[in-house]
Amino acid sequence: MENTKKSVRKKKSNFEKYNRFGYYFLIPFFVGFLLFTLYPMIYSIAISFTSMNGWQSFADATNVGLQNFITLLTSTPLFMKALGNSVMLWIFTFIPQVLLALILAAWWTNRKLNLKGSGFFKTVFYLPNMIMAASIAALFGGIFGYPTGLANLLLQNLHLINHPFNFFQSVWGTRGIVIFIQFWMWYGQTSIVYIAGITSIDEGLFEAARIDGASDGQIFRRITLPLLRPIVLYTFVTSFIGGLQVFDIPFIMTQGGPQNGVYTLSIFIYNQAFAYRNYGLASAASVLLLIISAVVSILMFRGFRERVNIGGEG
Amino acid sequence: MEPKSMSKQLRARRTLIYIFFGILTLLSLIPFIYMLVNSTRSLVQITSGVSLLPGSSLAHNLQILKGYGMNMWQGMGNSAFISIMSTAISVYFSALSAYALTAYDFKGKKIIYGFIIALIMIPGQVSMIGFYKFMIQLNLLDNYIPLILPVICAPASIFFLCEYMSTVYNKDYADSARLDGASELKIFHRIMLPMMKPGLATMGIFGFIFSWNNFMMPLILITNQKLYTLPMQIQVLTANGGGGHVVEWGAVYVGVSIAIAPTILAYLLLSRFIIGGGNAGGVKG
Repeated sequence: MENTKKSVRKKKSNFEKYNRFGYYFLIPFFVGFLLFTLYPMIYSIAISFTSMNGWQSFADATNVGLQNFITLLTSTPLFMKALGNSVMLWIFTFIPQVLLALILAAWWTNRKLNLKGSGFFKTVFYLPNMIMAASIAALFGGIFGYPTGLANLLLQNLHLINHPFNFFQSVWGTRGIVIFIQFWMWYGQTSIVYIAGITSIDEGLFEAARIDGASDGQIFRRITLPLLRPIVLYTFVTSFIGGLQVFDIPFIMTQGGPQNGVYTLSIFIYNQAFAYRNYGLASAASVLLLIISAVVSILMFRGFRERVNIGGEG
Repeated sequence: MEPKSMSKQLRARRTLIYIFFGILTLLSLIPFIYMLVNSTRSLVQITSGVSLLPGSSLAHNLQILKGYGMNMWQGMGNSAFISIMSTAISVYFSALSAYALTAYDFKGKKIIYGFIIALIMIPGQVSMIGFYKFMIQLNLLDNYIPLILPVICAPASIFFLCEYMSTVYNKDYADSARLDGASELKIFHRIMLPMMKPGLATMGIFGFIFSWNNFMMPLILITNQKLYTLPMQIQVLTANGGGGHVVEWGAVYVGVSIAIAPTILAYLLLSRFIIGGGNAGGVKG
Protein backbone atom coordinates (compact mmCIF):
# COMPACT_ATOMS: atom_id res chain seq x y z
CA MET A 1 0.00 0.00 0.00
CA GLU A 2 2.87 2.37 0.94
CA ASN A 3 4.62 1.55 -2.31
CA THR A 4 1.53 2.18 -4.33
CA LYS A 5 1.02 5.57 -2.77
CA LYS A 6 4.62 6.57 -3.50
CA SER A 7 4.53 5.47 -7.12
CA VAL A 8 1.16 7.10 -7.57
CA ARG A 9 2.51 10.36 -6.21
CA LYS A 10 5.47 10.14 -8.58
CA LYS A 11 3.25 9.68 -11.59
CA LYS A 12 0.44 11.77 -10.27
CA SER A 13 0.51 14.17 -13.19
CA ASN A 14 0.20 11.16 -15.48
CA PHE A 15 -2.65 9.59 -13.63
CA GLU A 16 -4.65 12.56 -12.55
CA LYS A 17 -6.19 13.03 -15.94
CA TYR A 18 -7.69 9.56 -15.68
CA ASN A 19 -9.93 10.72 -12.90
CA ARG A 20 -12.21 12.49 -15.33
CA PHE A 21 -13.32 9.00 -16.40
CA GLY A 22 -15.19 8.94 -13.12
CA TYR A 23 -17.56 11.46 -14.70
CA TYR A 24 -17.68 9.71 -18.07
CA PHE A 25 -18.58 6.38 -16.53
CA LEU A 26 -21.42 7.96 -14.58
CA ILE A 27 -23.00 9.43 -17.72
CA PRO A 28 -25.28 6.42 -18.44
CA PHE A 29 -26.51 6.51 -14.86
CA PHE A 30 -27.36 10.19 -15.06
CA VAL A 31 -29.01 9.87 -18.47
CA GLY A 32 -31.13 7.02 -17.09
CA PHE A 33 -31.90 9.03 -13.99
CA LEU A 34 -32.95 12.14 -15.91
CA LEU A 35 -35.10 10.24 -18.41
CA PHE A 36 -36.70 7.56 -16.28
CA THR A 37 -36.80 9.02 -12.78
CA LEU A 38 -36.38 12.78 -12.61
CA TYR A 39 -38.43 13.78 -15.65
CA PRO A 40 -41.34 11.44 -14.81
CA MET A 41 -41.25 12.65 -11.22
CA ILE A 42 -41.36 16.31 -12.19
CA TYR A 43 -44.11 15.45 -14.68
CA SER A 44 -46.08 13.71 -11.90
CA ILE A 45 -45.65 16.73 -9.63
CA ALA A 46 -46.78 19.05 -12.43
CA ILE A 47 -49.85 16.87 -13.08
CA SER A 48 -50.70 17.00 -9.38
CA PHE A 49 -51.49 20.73 -9.76
CA THR A 50 -53.97 20.13 -12.59
CA SER A 51 -57.35 18.51 -12.99
CA MET A 52 -55.99 16.22 -15.71
CA ASN A 53 -58.35 13.32 -16.32
CA GLY A 54 -59.73 11.03 -18.98
CA TRP A 55 -57.73 11.29 -22.20
CA GLN A 56 -56.72 14.92 -21.66
CA SER A 57 -53.20 15.91 -22.54
CA PHE A 58 -51.13 17.94 -20.12
CA ALA A 59 -51.50 21.06 -22.29
CA ASP A 60 -55.33 20.84 -22.13
CA ALA A 61 -55.46 20.20 -18.40
CA THR A 62 -56.63 23.03 -16.14
CA ASN A 63 -54.30 24.33 -13.49
CA VAL A 64 -56.10 24.00 -10.18
CA GLY A 65 -53.26 24.89 -7.83
CA LEU A 66 -53.42 23.02 -4.56
CA GLN A 67 -57.04 21.95 -5.03
CA ASN A 68 -56.17 18.24 -5.46
CA PHE A 69 -54.25 18.20 -2.21
CA ILE A 70 -57.08 19.98 -0.39
CA THR A 71 -59.60 17.54 -1.87
CA LEU A 72 -57.53 14.55 -0.80
CA LEU A 73 -56.94 15.74 2.74
CA THR A 74 -60.38 17.21 3.50
CA SER A 75 -63.03 15.51 1.38
CA THR A 76 -61.73 12.13 0.23
CA PRO A 77 -62.39 9.69 3.07
CA LEU A 78 -61.11 6.83 0.91
CA PHE A 79 -57.68 8.46 0.69
CA MET A 80 -57.42 8.91 4.44
CA LYS A 81 -58.66 5.35 4.89
CA ALA A 82 -56.05 4.04 2.41
CA LEU A 83 -53.26 5.95 4.14
CA GLY A 84 -54.47 4.73 7.53
CA ASN A 85 -54.72 1.13 6.27
CA SER A 86 -51.19 1.22 4.86
CA VAL A 87 -49.73 2.55 8.11
CA MET A 88 -51.77 0.17 10.26
CA LEU A 89 -50.92 -2.92 8.20
CA TRP A 90 -47.27 -1.89 8.35
CA ILE A 91 -47.27 -1.50 12.14
CA PHE A 92 -48.82 -4.92 12.65
CA THR A 93 -46.31 -6.43 10.22
CA PHE A 94 -43.23 -4.63 11.44
CA ILE A 95 -43.44 -5.18 15.20
CA PRO A 96 -43.60 -9.00 15.18
CA GLN A 97 -41.16 -9.12 12.28
CA VAL A 98 -38.49 -7.12 14.14
CA LEU A 99 -39.03 -8.99 17.41
CA LEU A 100 -38.68 -12.39 15.76
CA ALA A 101 -35.73 -11.24 13.61
CA LEU A 102 -33.91 -9.91 16.69
CA ILE A 103 -34.46 -13.15 18.58
CA LEU A 104 -33.30 -15.26 15.62
CA ALA A 105 -30.24 -13.07 15.07
CA ALA A 106 -29.33 -13.22 18.78
CA TRP A 107 -29.60 -17.02 18.77
CA TRP A 108 -27.60 -17.44 15.59
CA THR A 109 -24.78 -15.21 16.75
CA ASN A 110 -24.63 -16.70 20.26
CA ARG A 111 -21.37 -18.69 20.39
CA LYS A 112 -22.46 -20.55 23.49
CA LEU A 113 -25.55 -21.94 21.78
CA ASN A 114 -23.50 -22.92 18.72
CA LEU A 115 -26.57 -23.76 16.61
CA LYS A 116 -26.13 -26.17 13.72
CA GLY A 117 -27.74 -26.06 10.29
CA SER A 118 -28.05 -22.30 10.26
CA GLY A 119 -27.40 -22.30 6.50
CA PHE A 120 -30.41 -24.54 5.92
CA PHE A 121 -32.71 -22.59 8.23
CA LYS A 122 -31.68 -19.22 6.83
CA THR A 123 -32.34 -20.50 3.32
CA VAL A 124 -35.78 -21.78 4.28
CA PHE A 125 -36.82 -18.71 6.29
CA TYR A 126 -35.71 -16.43 3.47
CA LEU A 127 -37.49 -18.44 0.76
CA PRO A 128 -40.91 -16.67 0.83
CA ASN A 129 -39.15 -13.37 0.17
CA MET A 130 -38.00 -14.60 -3.23
CA ILE A 131 -41.41 -15.68 -4.46
CA MET A 132 -43.60 -13.58 -6.74
CA ALA A 133 -46.06 -11.65 -4.56
CA ALA A 134 -48.75 -12.17 -7.20
CA SER A 135 -48.38 -15.93 -6.81
CA ILE A 136 -48.39 -15.72 -3.04
CA ALA A 137 -51.63 -13.74 -3.18
CA ALA A 138 -53.19 -16.41 -5.41
CA LEU A 139 -51.88 -19.19 -3.18
CA PHE A 140 -53.16 -17.69 0.07
CA GLY A 141 -56.44 -16.91 -1.67
CA GLY A 142 -56.73 -20.67 -2.05
CA ILE A 143 -55.45 -21.59 1.39
CA PHE A 144 -57.98 -19.30 3.10
CA GLY A 145 -60.64 -19.94 0.48
CA TYR A 146 -64.30 -20.39 1.35
CA PRO A 147 -65.69 -22.91 2.06
CA THR A 148 -63.07 -25.58 1.36
CA GLY A 149 -59.61 -23.98 1.51
CA LEU A 150 -56.87 -25.56 3.59
CA ALA A 151 -57.52 -23.32 6.60
CA ASN A 152 -61.24 -24.10 6.71
CA LEU A 153 -60.70 -27.84 6.23
CA LEU A 154 -58.09 -27.96 9.00
CA LEU A 155 -60.06 -25.81 11.44
CA GLN A 156 -63.13 -28.01 10.92
CA ASN A 157 -61.13 -31.22 11.27
CA LEU A 158 -59.76 -29.93 14.56
CA HIS A 159 -63.32 -28.96 15.58
CA LEU A 160 -62.23 -25.39 16.23
CA ILE A 161 -65.12 -24.19 14.07
CA ASN A 162 -68.35 -25.90 13.11
CA HIS A 163 -69.03 -24.03 9.90
CA PRO A 164 -66.54 -22.80 7.31
CA PHE A 165 -65.47 -19.20 7.92
CA ASN A 166 -65.33 -16.78 5.01
CA PHE A 167 -62.06 -14.99 5.72
CA PHE A 168 -62.34 -12.71 2.72
CA GLN A 169 -65.70 -11.33 3.84
CA SER A 170 -64.32 -10.39 7.20
CA VAL A 171 -62.33 -7.14 7.42
CA TRP A 172 -60.04 -8.41 10.16
CA GLY A 173 -59.84 -11.86 8.61
CA THR A 174 -58.50 -10.35 5.40
CA ARG A 175 -56.25 -7.90 7.26
CA GLY A 176 -54.89 -10.75 9.34
CA ILE A 177 -54.02 -12.68 6.18
CA VAL A 178 -52.29 -9.69 4.56
CA ILE A 179 -50.38 -8.96 7.77
CA PHE A 180 -49.35 -12.58 8.10
CA ILE A 181 -48.13 -12.74 4.48
CA GLN A 182 -46.06 -9.57 4.81
CA PHE A 183 -44.58 -10.78 8.08
CA TRP A 184 -43.91 -14.22 6.64
CA MET A 185 -42.21 -12.80 3.55
CA TRP A 186 -39.89 -10.42 5.41
CA TYR A 187 -38.83 -11.75 8.82
CA GLY A 188 -36.11 -13.96 7.29
CA GLN A 189 -34.63 -11.09 5.33
CA THR A 190 -34.67 -8.80 8.37
CA SER A 191 -33.02 -11.42 10.58
CA ILE A 192 -30.18 -11.83 8.05
CA VAL A 193 -29.61 -8.06 8.08
CA TYR A 194 -29.46 -8.13 11.89
CA ILE A 195 -27.05 -11.08 11.88
CA ALA A 196 -24.71 -9.09 9.65
CA GLY A 197 -25.05 -6.18 12.05
CA ILE A 198 -24.33 -8.23 15.17
CA THR A 199 -21.39 -9.98 13.48
CA SER A 200 -19.78 -6.60 12.82
CA ILE A 201 -19.85 -5.72 16.55
CA ASP A 202 -16.45 -6.14 18.22
CA GLU A 203 -16.39 -9.66 19.70
CA GLY A 204 -14.21 -8.37 22.55
CA LEU A 205 -17.20 -6.51 24.01
CA PHE A 206 -19.17 -9.74 24.35
CA GLU A 207 -16.16 -11.55 25.80
CA ALA A 208 -15.57 -8.87 28.41
CA ALA A 209 -19.23 -8.86 29.41
CA ARG A 210 -19.25 -12.65 29.71
CA ILE A 211 -16.14 -12.60 31.90
CA ASP A 212 -17.88 -10.07 34.12
CA GLY A 213 -20.66 -12.63 34.51
CA ALA A 214 -23.36 -10.98 32.39
CA SER A 215 -26.22 -13.24 31.30
CA ASP A 216 -27.21 -13.67 27.64
CA GLY A 217 -30.25 -11.48 28.23
CA GLN A 218 -28.17 -8.72 29.81
CA ILE A 219 -25.60 -8.85 27.00
CA PHE A 220 -28.39 -8.62 24.45
CA ARG A 221 -30.11 -5.67 26.12
CA ARG A 222 -27.01 -3.73 27.18
CA ILE A 223 -24.59 -4.36 24.29
CA THR A 224 -26.23 -5.87 21.23
CA LEU A 225 -29.38 -3.76 21.11
CA PRO A 226 -27.76 -0.33 21.61
CA LEU A 227 -25.03 -1.05 19.03
CA LEU A 228 -27.58 -2.49 16.60
CA ARG A 229 -29.74 0.61 16.87
CA PRO A 230 -28.68 2.22 13.56
CA ILE A 231 -29.44 -1.00 11.69
CA VAL A 232 -32.81 -1.42 13.38
CA LEU A 233 -33.50 2.20 12.44
CA TYR A 234 -32.50 1.46 8.85
CA THR A 235 -34.85 -1.53 8.62
CA PHE A 236 -37.53 0.63 10.25
CA VAL A 237 -37.32 3.23 7.48
CA THR A 238 -36.95 0.87 4.50
CA SER A 239 -39.77 -1.25 5.86
CA PHE A 240 -42.00 1.79 6.41
CA ILE A 241 -41.43 3.10 2.89
CA GLY A 242 -41.91 -0.41 1.53
CA GLY A 243 -45.06 -0.70 3.65
CA LEU A 244 -46.54 2.41 2.06
CA GLN A 245 -46.06 0.75 -1.33
CA VAL A 246 -47.80 -2.55 -0.57
CA PHE A 247 -49.92 -3.31 -3.62
CA ASP A 248 -49.68 -6.76 -5.20
CA ILE A 249 -51.03 -8.90 -2.37
CA PRO A 250 -54.17 -6.99 -1.28
CA PHE A 251 -54.89 -5.96 -4.89
CA ILE A 252 -54.79 -9.48 -6.31
CA MET A 253 -56.38 -11.16 -3.31
CA THR A 254 -59.43 -8.93 -2.76
CA GLN A 255 -58.94 -5.68 -4.75
CA GLY A 256 -58.64 -3.97 -1.38
CA GLY A 257 -61.89 -5.31 0.09
CA PRO A 258 -63.94 -6.27 2.01
CA GLN A 259 -65.29 -2.81 2.95
CA ASN A 260 -61.94 -1.43 1.79
CA GLY A 261 -60.33 -3.06 4.81
CA VAL A 262 -57.02 -3.66 2.99
CA TYR A 263 -57.39 -0.81 0.51
CA THR A 264 -53.82 0.56 0.59
CA LEU A 265 -52.32 3.86 -0.51
CA SER A 266 -50.86 2.23 -3.61
CA ILE A 267 -54.20 0.69 -4.57
CA PHE A 268 -55.71 4.17 -4.20
CA ILE A 269 -53.10 5.72 -6.50
CA TYR A 270 -53.39 2.88 -8.99
CA ASN A 271 -57.19 2.97 -9.13
CA GLN A 272 -57.43 6.75 -9.34
CA ALA A 273 -54.91 6.84 -12.18
CA PHE A 274 -55.54 3.70 -14.18
CA ALA A 275 -59.11 2.66 -13.39
CA TYR A 276 -60.81 6.10 -13.14
CA ARG A 277 -58.19 8.15 -15.05
CA ASN A 278 -58.17 10.92 -12.43
CA TYR A 279 -54.52 11.67 -13.08
CA GLY A 280 -54.49 14.96 -11.16
CA LEU A 281 -55.83 13.47 -7.95
CA ALA A 282 -53.69 10.33 -8.28
CA SER A 283 -50.53 12.39 -8.83
CA ALA A 284 -51.32 14.52 -5.80
CA ALA A 285 -51.60 11.33 -3.74
CA SER A 286 -48.23 10.15 -5.08
CA VAL A 287 -46.66 13.52 -4.21
CA LEU A 288 -47.95 13.12 -0.65
CA LEU A 289 -46.37 9.65 -0.65
CA LEU A 290 -43.07 11.27 -1.69
CA ILE A 291 -43.30 13.88 1.06
CA ILE A 292 -44.02 11.27 3.75
CA SER A 293 -41.14 9.06 2.55
CA ALA A 294 -38.73 11.99 2.32
CA VAL A 295 -39.52 13.23 5.82
CA VAL A 296 -39.04 9.78 7.35
CA SER A 297 -35.79 9.17 5.41
CA ILE A 298 -34.31 12.55 6.32
CA LEU A 299 -35.06 11.96 10.00
CA MET A 300 -33.22 8.65 9.76
CA PHE A 301 -30.20 9.98 7.88
CA ARG A 302 -29.83 12.72 10.45
CA GLY A 303 -29.70 9.93 13.01
CA PHE A 304 -26.67 8.19 11.54
CA ARG A 305 -25.16 10.38 8.87
CA GLU A 306 -21.64 9.69 10.06
CA ARG A 307 -22.06 6.03 9.09
CA VAL A 308 -22.38 6.84 5.38
CA ASN A 309 -18.92 6.23 4.10
CA ILE A 310 -17.77 5.99 0.53
CA GLY A 311 -16.08 2.75 -0.50
CA GLY A 312 -12.27 2.76 -0.36
CA GLU A 313 -9.96 5.64 0.37
CA GLY A 314 -9.84 6.50 -3.32
CA MET B 1 -23.64 -23.22 38.96
CA GLU B 2 -21.55 -26.26 38.14
CA PRO B 3 -20.62 -26.85 34.46
CA LYS B 4 -22.67 -30.04 34.13
CA SER B 5 -26.06 -28.56 35.00
CA MET B 6 -25.13 -25.54 32.91
CA SER B 7 -24.63 -27.69 29.84
CA LYS B 8 -27.84 -29.56 30.59
CA GLN B 9 -29.72 -26.29 30.68
CA LEU B 10 -27.99 -25.24 27.48
CA ARG B 11 -28.97 -28.47 25.78
CA ALA B 12 -32.60 -28.01 26.78
CA ARG B 13 -32.52 -24.48 25.40
CA ARG B 14 -31.02 -25.67 22.14
CA THR B 15 -33.66 -28.36 21.77
CA LEU B 16 -36.44 -25.81 22.25
CA ILE B 17 -34.82 -23.53 19.68
CA TYR B 18 -34.60 -26.36 17.16
CA ILE B 19 -38.27 -27.21 17.72
CA PHE B 20 -39.11 -23.56 17.11
CA PHE B 21 -36.98 -23.59 13.93
CA GLY B 22 -38.87 -26.70 12.86
CA ILE B 23 -42.19 -24.90 13.24
CA LEU B 24 -40.91 -21.92 11.23
CA THR B 25 -39.62 -24.30 8.56
CA LEU B 26 -43.07 -25.89 8.25
CA LEU B 27 -44.60 -22.43 8.07
CA SER B 28 -42.28 -21.52 5.20
CA LEU B 29 -42.78 -24.71 3.24
CA ILE B 30 -46.38 -25.86 3.80
CA PRO B 31 -48.01 -23.31 1.48
CA PHE B 32 -45.75 -24.41 -1.37
CA ILE B 33 -46.17 -28.10 -0.66
CA TYR B 34 -49.95 -27.62 -0.47
CA MET B 35 -49.80 -25.87 -3.83
CA LEU B 36 -47.66 -28.51 -5.54
CA VAL B 37 -49.73 -31.42 -4.20
CA ASN B 38 -53.03 -29.80 -5.09
CA SER B 39 -51.92 -29.03 -8.61
CA THR B 40 -52.09 -32.79 -9.16
CA ARG B 41 -55.46 -33.34 -7.48
CA SER B 42 -58.98 -33.03 -8.83
CA LEU B 43 -61.36 -30.34 -7.63
CA VAL B 44 -63.37 -32.90 -5.66
CA GLN B 45 -60.24 -34.10 -3.87
CA ILE B 46 -59.03 -30.57 -3.14
CA THR B 47 -62.33 -29.43 -1.68
CA SER B 48 -63.06 -32.54 0.33
CA GLY B 49 -59.87 -33.03 2.28
CA VAL B 50 -56.24 -32.25 2.97
CA SER B 51 -53.61 -34.64 1.70
CA LEU B 52 -49.87 -34.77 1.29
CA LEU B 53 -50.08 -37.42 -1.42
CA PRO B 54 -50.22 -36.26 -5.03
CA GLY B 55 -53.28 -37.16 -7.10
CA SER B 56 -53.48 -38.07 -10.76
CA SER B 57 -55.22 -35.02 -12.20
CA LEU B 58 -52.19 -32.97 -13.28
CA ALA B 59 -52.92 -33.43 -16.98
CA HIS B 60 -56.60 -32.60 -16.43
CA ASN B 61 -55.71 -29.44 -14.49
CA LEU B 62 -53.27 -28.37 -17.20
CA GLN B 63 -56.04 -28.89 -19.75
CA ILE B 64 -58.40 -26.62 -17.79
CA LEU B 65 -55.66 -24.03 -17.45
CA LYS B 66 -55.26 -24.06 -21.22
CA GLY B 67 -59.04 -23.68 -21.52
CA TYR B 68 -58.81 -20.31 -19.74
CA GLY B 69 -57.25 -19.12 -22.99
CA MET B 70 -53.99 -18.36 -21.32
CA ASN B 71 -50.64 -19.53 -22.59
CA MET B 72 -48.46 -19.72 -19.48
CA TRP B 73 -45.45 -20.84 -21.50
CA GLN B 74 -45.69 -17.66 -23.52
CA GLY B 75 -46.01 -15.67 -20.29
CA MET B 76 -42.93 -17.40 -18.97
CA GLY B 77 -41.04 -16.59 -22.17
CA ASN B 78 -42.10 -12.94 -21.91
CA SER B 79 -41.07 -12.72 -18.27
CA ALA B 80 -37.77 -14.47 -19.00
CA PHE B 81 -36.97 -12.11 -21.87
CA ILE B 82 -37.66 -8.99 -19.80
CA SER B 83 -35.83 -10.32 -16.76
CA ILE B 84 -32.73 -11.45 -18.66
CA MET B 85 -32.44 -8.21 -20.62
CA SER B 86 -32.97 -5.96 -17.63
CA THR B 87 -30.59 -8.01 -15.48
CA ALA B 88 -27.83 -7.82 -18.09
CA ILE B 89 -28.29 -4.06 -18.44
CA SER B 90 -28.48 -3.35 -14.74
CA VAL B 91 -25.45 -5.54 -13.93
CA TYR B 92 -23.30 -3.84 -16.58
CA PHE B 93 -24.28 -0.24 -15.91
CA SER B 94 -24.43 -0.58 -12.13
CA ALA B 95 -20.92 -2.06 -12.20
CA LEU B 96 -19.75 0.81 -14.39
CA SER B 97 -21.23 3.40 -12.02
CA ALA B 98 -19.88 1.63 -8.94
CA TYR B 99 -16.45 1.43 -10.57
CA ALA B 100 -16.53 5.15 -11.33
CA LEU B 101 -17.33 5.90 -7.68
CA THR B 102 -14.70 3.52 -6.29
CA ALA B 103 -11.70 3.87 -8.59
CA TYR B 104 -11.61 7.55 -9.47
CA ASP B 105 -11.20 10.72 -7.46
CA PHE B 106 -13.27 13.60 -8.66
CA LYS B 107 -15.12 16.55 -7.32
CA GLY B 108 -18.59 15.86 -6.02
CA LYS B 109 -18.02 12.10 -5.66
CA LYS B 110 -19.31 11.96 -2.09
CA ILE B 111 -22.32 14.07 -2.96
CA ILE B 112 -23.17 11.77 -5.88
CA TYR B 113 -22.85 8.72 -3.64
CA GLY B 114 -25.09 10.27 -1.00
CA PHE B 115 -27.54 11.20 -3.74
CA ILE B 116 -27.65 7.59 -5.00
CA ILE B 117 -28.38 6.35 -1.49
CA ALA B 118 -31.14 8.92 -1.15
CA LEU B 119 -32.65 7.71 -4.44
CA ILE B 120 -33.08 4.22 -2.98
CA MET B 121 -35.63 5.66 -0.58
CA ILE B 122 -37.91 7.17 -3.23
CA PRO B 123 -40.99 5.00 -3.84
CA GLY B 124 -41.52 3.97 -7.46
CA GLN B 125 -45.17 5.05 -7.31
CA VAL B 126 -44.05 8.67 -7.06
CA SER B 127 -42.89 8.87 -10.68
CA MET B 128 -45.29 6.21 -12.00
CA ILE B 129 -47.97 8.46 -13.48
CA GLY B 130 -45.47 10.81 -15.13
CA PHE B 131 -43.60 7.77 -16.45
CA TYR B 132 -46.82 6.34 -17.92
CA LYS B 133 -47.73 9.62 -19.61
CA PHE B 134 -44.17 10.00 -20.91
CA MET B 135 -44.28 6.50 -22.40
CA ILE B 136 -47.58 7.33 -24.13
CA GLN B 137 -45.89 10.34 -25.73
CA LEU B 138 -43.05 8.12 -26.92
CA ASN B 139 -45.59 5.57 -28.18
CA LEU B 140 -44.03 2.87 -25.98
CA LEU B 141 -47.14 1.29 -24.44
CA ASP B 142 -47.33 -2.46 -25.10
CA ASN B 143 -43.59 -2.42 -25.50
CA TYR B 144 -40.92 -4.01 -23.31
CA ILE B 145 -38.47 -1.10 -23.57
CA PRO B 146 -39.94 0.82 -20.60
CA LEU B 147 -39.75 -2.37 -18.52
CA ILE B 148 -36.09 -2.95 -19.40
CA LEU B 149 -34.18 0.25 -20.08
CA PRO B 150 -34.85 2.22 -16.84
CA VAL B 151 -32.59 -0.18 -14.91
CA ILE B 152 -29.60 1.79 -16.25
CA CYS B 153 -30.33 3.87 -13.18
CA ALA B 154 -30.57 1.26 -10.38
CA PRO B 155 -29.47 3.03 -7.18
CA ALA B 156 -29.83 0.00 -4.88
CA SER B 157 -27.61 -2.10 -7.19
CA ILE B 158 -25.00 0.64 -7.42
CA PHE B 159 -24.99 1.02 -3.65
CA PHE B 160 -24.53 -2.71 -3.16
CA LEU B 161 -21.73 -2.91 -5.75
CA CYS B 162 -19.93 0.11 -4.27
CA GLU B 163 -19.93 -1.61 -0.89
CA TYR B 164 -18.73 -4.81 -2.53
CA MET B 165 -16.04 -3.09 -4.65
CA SER B 166 -14.58 -1.33 -1.65
CA THR B 167 -13.56 -4.78 -0.38
CA VAL B 168 -12.03 -6.16 -3.61
CA TYR B 169 -10.73 -3.12 -5.49
CA ASN B 170 -6.98 -2.89 -5.81
CA LYS B 171 -5.53 0.15 -7.56
CA ASP B 172 -2.29 -1.67 -8.49
CA TYR B 173 -4.00 -3.77 -11.16
CA ALA B 174 -5.44 -0.72 -12.86
CA ASP B 175 -2.15 1.16 -12.64
CA SER B 176 -0.09 -1.62 -14.15
CA ALA B 177 -2.59 -1.97 -16.98
CA ARG B 178 -2.32 1.78 -17.53
CA LEU B 179 1.44 1.49 -17.83
CA ASP B 180 0.83 -1.12 -20.52
CA GLY B 181 -1.24 1.45 -22.34
CA ALA B 182 -4.70 -0.03 -21.73
CA SER B 183 -7.64 2.36 -22.08
CA GLU B 184 -9.85 3.04 -19.06
CA LEU B 185 -12.82 1.24 -20.58
CA LYS B 186 -10.61 -1.74 -21.38
CA ILE B 187 -9.38 -1.83 -17.78
CA PHE B 188 -13.00 -1.92 -16.64
CA HIS B 189 -13.94 -4.69 -19.07
CA ARG B 190 -10.86 -6.89 -18.83
CA ILE B 191 -9.78 -6.48 -15.22
CA MET B 192 -12.49 -5.01 -13.02
CA LEU B 193 -15.58 -6.87 -14.29
CA PRO B 194 -13.94 -10.31 -13.81
CA MET B 195 -12.72 -9.22 -10.39
CA MET B 196 -16.27 -8.29 -9.34
CA LYS B 197 -17.86 -11.55 -10.47
CA PRO B 198 -19.19 -12.79 -7.09
CA GLY B 199 -20.70 -9.39 -6.33
CA LEU B 200 -22.19 -9.16 -9.81
CA ALA B 201 -23.68 -12.64 -9.44
CA THR B 202 -25.43 -11.71 -6.19
CA MET B 203 -26.69 -8.43 -7.58
CA GLY B 204 -27.77 -10.10 -10.81
CA ILE B 205 -29.83 -12.71 -8.99
CA PHE B 206 -31.64 -10.01 -7.01
CA GLY B 207 -32.17 -7.96 -10.18
CA PHE B 208 -33.54 -10.97 -12.03
CA ILE B 209 -35.93 -11.95 -9.26
CA PHE B 210 -37.12 -8.36 -8.83
CA SER B 211 -37.89 -8.13 -12.53
CA TRP B 212 -39.44 -11.63 -12.67
CA ASN B 213 -41.77 -10.79 -9.77
CA ASN B 214 -42.57 -7.23 -10.84
CA PHE B 215 -46.32 -6.78 -11.20
CA MET B 216 -47.29 -3.13 -11.11
CA MET B 217 -45.25 -1.70 -13.99
CA PRO B 218 -46.28 -4.33 -16.57
CA LEU B 219 -49.86 -4.02 -15.32
CA ILE B 220 -49.80 -0.33 -16.20
CA LEU B 221 -47.88 -0.50 -19.46
CA ILE B 222 -49.01 -3.74 -21.11
CA THR B 223 -52.54 -4.34 -22.40
CA ASN B 224 -51.94 -6.83 -25.20
CA GLN B 225 -52.62 -10.33 -23.77
CA LYS B 226 -49.85 -11.83 -25.90
CA LEU B 227 -47.33 -9.62 -24.11
CA TYR B 228 -48.56 -10.43 -20.58
CA THR B 229 -45.93 -11.37 -18.02
CA LEU B 230 -46.36 -14.23 -15.53
CA PRO B 231 -47.58 -12.11 -12.59
CA MET B 232 -50.24 -10.57 -14.85
CA GLN B 233 -51.38 -14.02 -15.92
CA ILE B 234 -51.54 -15.08 -12.27
CA GLN B 235 -53.80 -12.13 -11.61
CA VAL B 236 -56.15 -13.13 -14.46
CA LEU B 237 -56.07 -16.69 -13.18
CA THR B 238 -56.97 -15.59 -9.65
CA ALA B 239 -59.79 -13.44 -10.96
CA ASN B 240 -61.08 -16.50 -12.84
CA GLY B 241 -60.56 -19.08 -10.12
CA GLY B 242 -60.63 -17.15 -6.90
CA GLY B 243 -62.73 -14.41 -5.39
CA GLY B 244 -64.62 -16.88 -3.27
CA HIS B 245 -66.53 -18.34 -6.20
CA VAL B 246 -64.41 -21.42 -6.59
CA VAL B 247 -63.85 -22.57 -10.10
CA GLU B 248 -61.01 -24.99 -10.75
CA TRP B 249 -58.53 -24.66 -7.92
CA GLY B 250 -56.36 -27.40 -9.40
CA ALA B 251 -55.80 -25.29 -12.48
CA VAL B 252 -55.00 -22.21 -10.38
CA TYR B 253 -52.42 -24.20 -8.41
CA VAL B 254 -50.85 -25.54 -11.61
CA GLY B 255 -50.54 -22.00 -12.92
CA VAL B 256 -49.04 -20.68 -9.71
CA SER B 257 -46.65 -23.65 -9.59
CA ILE B 258 -45.47 -22.88 -13.12
CA ALA B 259 -44.83 -19.26 -12.12
CA ILE B 260 -43.02 -20.13 -8.90
CA ALA B 261 -41.05 -23.25 -9.88
CA PRO B 262 -38.20 -21.48 -11.72
CA THR B 263 -37.65 -19.14 -8.77
CA ILE B 264 -37.59 -21.95 -6.22
CA LEU B 265 -35.20 -23.96 -8.39
CA ALA B 266 -32.87 -21.02 -8.97
CA TYR B 267 -33.08 -20.11 -5.30
CA LEU B 268 -32.06 -23.57 -4.11
CA LEU B 269 -29.13 -23.62 -6.54
CA LEU B 270 -27.94 -20.09 -5.83
CA SER B 271 -28.95 -19.54 -2.20
CA ARG B 272 -25.34 -19.08 -1.05
CA PHE B 273 -25.11 -15.93 -3.20
CA ILE B 274 -28.53 -14.74 -2.07
CA ILE B 275 -28.20 -15.19 1.69
CA GLY B 276 -24.77 -13.55 1.62
CA GLY B 277 -26.18 -10.60 -0.26
CA GLY B 278 -29.34 -10.40 1.80
CA ASN B 279 -28.19 -7.21 3.46
CA ALA B 280 -27.98 -5.36 0.15
CA GLY B 281 -29.78 -2.05 0.29
CA GLY B 282 -33.30 -1.77 -0.94
CA VAL B 283 -36.82 -0.95 -0.05
CA LYS B 284 -38.95 -3.70 1.35
CA GLY B 285 -42.38 -4.46 2.76
